Amino acid sequence: MSNVEERVKKIVAEQLGVKEDIANDASFVDDLGADSLDTVELVMALEEEFECEIPDDEAEKITTVQQAIDYVEKNA
Amino acid sequence: MPKYPLFKINFGYKTLSTRRVVITGLGAVTPLANTVSETWDGIVNGKSGISAIDSFDISAFATTFGGVIRNFDISQYIPEKDAKRMDGFIHYGLAAGCQAFEDSGIEVNDNNAERIGVAIGSGIGGITGIEDCYAVYDKSGPRRISPFFVPGNIINMISGNLSIKYGLKGPNFAIVTACSTGTHNIGDAARLIKYGDVDVMIAGGAERCTTSPTAMGGFASAKALSRRNDDPQRASRPWDRDRDGFVLSDGAGVVVLEELEHAKARGAKIYAELVGYGMSGDAYHMTSPSPGGEGAARCMKNALRDAGLNPEDVDYINAHGTSTPAGDLGETQAMKSALGDHAYKVAVSSTKSMIGHLLGAAGGIEAVLTALSLKNQIAPPTINLENQDPECDLDYVPNVARDMSMNVALSNSFGFGGTNGTLIFKRFE
Repeated sequence: MSNVEERVKKIVAEQLGVKEDIANDASFVDDLGADSLDTVELVMALEEEFECEIPDDEAEKITTVQQAIDYVEKNA
Repeated sequence: MPKYPLFKINFGYKTLSTRRVVITGLGAVTPLANTVSETWDGIVNGKSGISAIDSFDISAFATTFGGVIRNFDISQYIPEKDAKRMDGFIHYGLAAGCQAFEDSGIEVNDNNAERIGVAIGSGIGGITGIEDCYAVYDKSGPRRISPFFVPGNIINMISGNLSIKYGLKGPNFAIVTACSTGTHNIGDAARLIKYGDVDVMIAGGAERCTTSPTAMGGFASAKALSRRNDDPQRASRPWDRDRDGFVLSDGAGVVVLEELEHAKARGAKIYAELVGYGMSGDAYHMTSPSPGGEGAARCMKNALRDAGLNPEDVDYINAHGTSTPAGDLGETQAMKSALGDHAYKVAVSSTKSMIGHLLGAAGGIEAVLTALSLKNQIAPPTINLENQDPECDLDYVPNVARDMSMNVALSNSFGFGGTNGTLIFKRFE
């Protein structure tokens, strides 16, 4: 597991209160029980962790764990 | 024909419903304990729950102690993921609400969900959460303000979250009236039952301010708080000549109110009947009580009239009794004005001597304790009453709880803004 993947999954687990192993293709809303406010806060936590700013229109496209990893690896 | 027929008697200027309201569930989070039974045990044994505040550096403050909640675990009531998005006042209110509703044994189904509502308020709400969020904004700017900031701190979110947890689809609101909050939520909720809108209401109040530097500082600046920093457990001393202000406390008190026939039909245990509710406004000063306790006296009289009772019927009063010099005297004068000479025959006590002043939760917890006083036929004591103020000359049940025959009990709450509320409870046999 890459460093970024590990850190993203740790944040997802904390933010969404997920105790089980998190799959890369897991959807925040459909698989991990997030609601619209959860996803906003999750993006904030990613910004904080990776010291980057994710614009709102980009943030809306991040709906799975893998998409978050990809975004961070490409932009942060 | 409406689904829930309502019989009304026209009574001059007032229409009275024949529906009666009883208490069938209790919940409490207090500085003494985080359950009703342990809190009651501390109360009848005259224990103080007051301690030094240690949630932030309070060394520069005029008052350094309060009624702090200890060993509280929200995860037994709601998931931790949800809990971290709410201020602690919501945690306390939810805990007391869950305790009360589960104590009542009511099961929610498709037929009754719309007939069950929630009215749990707070005097101040999520002030610690507001402070914390402002600190985040100050450090990191607006993009770091949590989307949960607003729903995690506004006052009606105990009612909201409790309705979501249990699927309660009836009226959902929170009255805010400073230190009368709990009393007004219970009184108004009971009226909804009497009016026929609902059969069950979960009602009360919650507060958490000892964790907030601005709340502690604001009450201290208003010279409202006791400064007995060297002896916190003896600081709340209503009607004692050396009282010097109230003790700020956290916690929650919630009751389940239920229409009598509804409660009987399901064989519910009944703690007491709520037979009267009165309100009034002082129209005098932002924080000081009106001279002679005039507003408070009208409030008690209004409650007696609502209950159809005479002053001579009153056996016990759970007083507002905050331990402030002006408030304790004003309430004493008000009780004499409302009850006449009978005031001297009534047992009056302040449970705030033990748990401090829970602000918006005070009326909630005091309703819980008054219902238990009637059920157990015990008047709680006023502790720390060592040298009674000669101007406060009623029977305040000093220092030791009293077994007594008790049929009718009042609970008073008075708040900043000159807002008053009185509930009258009756023993249910």
